Amino acid sequence: MPELIELSAGDLHRKLMAGDVTARQIVERYLDRIEQIDGRVGAFNTVTAEAALDKAADIDDRLDKGEAVGPLAGVPIALKDNLCTRGVPTTCSSRILEHFVPPYDATVVERLQRADAVLIGKTNLDEFAMGSTTEASAFATTANPWDLSRVPGGSSGGSAAAVAAGLAPLALGSDTGGSIRQPAAFCGVTGLKPTYGRVSRYGLIAYASSLDQIGTFSRDPRDAALLLEVIAGHDPRDSTSAQEPVPDYSAELEKDVAGVKVGLPREYLAEGIAPDVEAAVRAAADTCRGLGAEVIDISLPHTEYAVATYYIIGTAEASSNLARFDGIHYGRRAAGKMDVDELYSRSRSEGLGDEVKRRIMLGTFALSAGYYDAYYLKALKVRRLIKKDFDDALAGVDCILAPVAPTVAYKQGEMIDDPLALYLADIYTSATNLAGLPAIAFNAGTGEGGLPVGVQLMGRPFEESGLLRLAHAFREATDHHLARPNLTED
Amino acid sequence: MQYETVIGLETHAQFHTRSKMFCGCKTDFGAPPNTQTCPVCQGLPGTLPVVNRTAVELGLRAALALRCHIAPVTQFDRKNYFYPDLPKNYQVSQNYHNLGVDGRLEIEVDGQTRKVGIWNVHLEEDAGKLEHPEDTGANYTAIDLNRAGTPLLEIVSAPDMRSADEANAYMNELAAILRHLGISDCKMQEGSLRFEAGISVRAVGGEEFGNRVEVKNLNSMSAVVKAIEHERHRQVAVLESGGTVPSQTMLWDVQREVTEPMRSKEEAKDYRYFPEPDLVPIEISPEWLDQVREQMSELPAVRRKRFIAELDLPPYDAGVIVEQKPIADYFEQTVEQGVEPKTAANWMMGEVMRVLNERQCEIDDLPVSPPMLAELIGLVTDDRISNSVGKTVFSEMCSSGKKAGEIVEEKGLAQISDSGELEAVVKQVLADHPDAVADLESGKQQAKGFLIGQIMRATRGKANPKLAGELIDRLTGD
Repeated sequence: MPELIELSAGDLHRKLMAGDVTARQIVERYLDRIEQIDGRVGAFNTVTAEAALDKAADIDDRLDKGEAVGPLAGVPIALKDNLCTRGVPTTCSSRILEHFVPPYDATVVERLQRADAVLIGKTNLDEFAMGSTTEASAFATTANPWDLSRVPGGSSGGSAAAVAAGLAPLALGSDTGGSIRQPAAFCGVTGLKPTYGRVSRYGLIAYASSLDQIGTFSRDPRDAALLLEVIAGHDPRDSTSAQEPVPDYSAELEKDVAGVKVGLPREYLAEGIAPDVEAAVRAAADTCRGLGAEVIDISLPHTEYAVATYYIIGTAEASSNLARFDGIHYGRRAAGKMDVDELYSRSRSEGLGDEVKRRIMLGTFALSAGYYDAYYLKALKVRRLIKKDFDDALAGVDCILAPVAPTVAYKQGEMIDDPLALYLADIYTSATNLAGLPAIAFNAGTGEGGLPVGVQLMGRPFEESGLLRLAHAFREATDHHLARPNLTED
Repeated sequence: MQYETVIGLETHAQFHTRSKMFCGCKTDFGAPPNTQTCPVCQGLPGTLPVVNRTAVELGLRAALALRCHIAPVTQFDRKNYFYPDLPKNYQVSQNYHNLGVDGRLEIEVDGQTRKVGIWNVHLEEDAGKLEHPEDTGANYTAIDLNRAGTPLLEIVSAPDMRSADEANAYMNELAAILRHLGISDCKMQEGSLRFEAGISVRAVGGEEFGNRVEVKNLNSMSAVVKAIEHERHRQVAVLESGGTVPSQTMLWDVQREVTEPMRSKEEAKDYRYFPEPDLVPIEISPEWLDQVREQMSELPAVRRKRFIAELDLPPYDAGVIVEQKPIADYFEQTVEQGVEPKTAANWMMGEVMRVLNERQCEIDDLPVSPPMLAELIGLVTDDRISNSVGKTVFSEMCSSGKKAGEIVEEKGLAQISDSGELEAVVKQVLADHPDAVADLESGKQQAKGFLIGQIMRATRGKANPKLAGELIDRLTGD
């Protein structure tokens, strides 16, 4: 039998159903690997070993009795630590929520429970999902499994690293300006950011409500399809979740890609892109041609405004979303006796990190009287133009092939004092969130230092199927996915 | 110099809905603290609001009744400020795309009709309540979130009122509309109707408005009236002494009946309104509006006119009865039983309202139905019982729920209209009060009233007073 940690989520589930392995064996193997390796990677904030073993026992028990189990039965999954889990600390990697234990489950968590997935732990992130290195976590730095001196990307760095290091076959993250795709690219795994509204945000601790979307990490597109099938669909508790039916992504995956039109946006391959990344994108375009796709040069003219627009809208929403962390109702409260204004000020000063404070101040400014029209309202208008760029382009092509980040993974500490440079590196990902489109990032080769280089496919709203299909065909046609980080167990 | 007062009112009315604005929690008044809350109204991280459709429909009723332009697409906005009774530290309200704008309300003062402009009607969520412990040495404040998220309707008037009387008429008419349309129960003592007043003064005939003072903490209509009077005097005194009235926010001190400036820190607010990204815009289709219109009952102004024109009620009576929809409904149902309208109105304004006041209850809580009241009134008008016995019987009906006829029968309260039976009583009373008889015979008519009173007393109110009078006349040989 091949190593359990080498198996895809789908294969693990099939082995379980065939009686080749028990849920307990799977979970124990993963817990053991976390024990052996996570000291070096630092992907997890919390490992829920006991609950995972209980769940595994329950699944095995039901299988013994011949009872039905869900489509993800026995498959361990890690959750970004901004997804609410009843009874399990949900910290957003922030001091202010260090001891916060939600009394309820996020909708995605409920759906995973119902599908009999096994929640194995909560993963590290940049505090409140604000960042792209996971260095802005208040608790720990997560290492890139391919090179432990490098960052895994962010903000869903813990989830990406967990999947890359074989600590979980599946993970969930959230993507507001690239927070799934960029770490997926840095860690050489598959990261899917679904269409805005495809997956309920209920229970996702908001950074920027109009941009946030929960998505998946997996080793391959097939597992992404399997996981998306479970978590997608309308939720009456989230008014922004769509009423669109959920297709059978796994079945759709197998269809032919010949004749698919792939757009290559010239603005994404202009100044600022590292040669290894550009080479990977062009090679991916060649692979697509080889698969029978037609690659077409396209333009997304407002690309240069995406980062500024994203940081105005994102921080404006964040300044309001994060107001509730005030030390009054829950979470960290400053010690001592003081009046309420000082209590707010001290609790927030002590409980929130620099990057979070920076974005709250930016957003507060953008919404202030006298600046609202010049910043926030202007940004909303540009957002419409960016959306129109994509609408126009996607009228002529089925999907868009693009880089994910301008470079491969940074060295730890390399970018920590240059927030603006980090913001600018969101150039290829943030426009997708502004337009609400689906996108999938996956490993497309090796770049500088033997590090993975990712590319992404963006598509029309609710056409995740097409993206998964082309990403799957790409994987079948290449062998980038065979590379593994060199992490030996003790 | 002659001054005039310029008044605009902001009204907050709690909706009469079973559940809150953005979650399924109940809105019952007086529940134990924090028992009507959930992660959504507690503002826990990750939770999202879902709009209560009933509240939107009730808001539409109000906007239609106030003749507003209805937004084809309405949207919620966030109003950002920190306060411990506001768990998210923003209130979901409306600012940019209000439910209704540019409406009007007609009021009547001293027989004159005036139009008060309505700037906008919008929806929002209420905050929780801070409970400061009675022990002044205590070092904590408790927070009760039961009220947090209760749907509120805010109605912002134009500064079109010129006196406390007009403001009073506006508030009463607005409350009547909200009650009539089932939008709010408007119980001021439970905080379901609250006001803020913008008050300024200027020379009569002036074009520019004076600096505006906003008065908060007005928890009754009478407080609004008193605050307007107080501010008018205060502001005029400032102007007369050559000063200027600063634009500021004041709090009404209920005990001392004065306005006090708010701390400037609390006053200077930039709410940073922006569209609530967790909610999608609500499209209000003409079909939906038609449905809402169909569900709307007759407006109080229309009903008052109908009572005056068709039922011949005096305007005063129509005003009192129509003020509360359940009273007006009850009245109409009583009239439908064949009771003469003015007689029914007298009963409603007299005995019925007295009992409701005494018991501090609603008319629907009484065990007396309109047909039962009609039967009682019939007994009085047919002279089967006297008016005063009728009042006693009504009280008894309210306590026992029995029918009037039953009570009259059981207690032997039927009026003595038989002259033979009554004559013996009259003779006895005359014999017992020779002084009064002498007074009467010497022409003092008030002595007759005294004697009738004694007869009523002897018969426990059952004597037919008209017949008793006739018997006195006959037996004193007047």
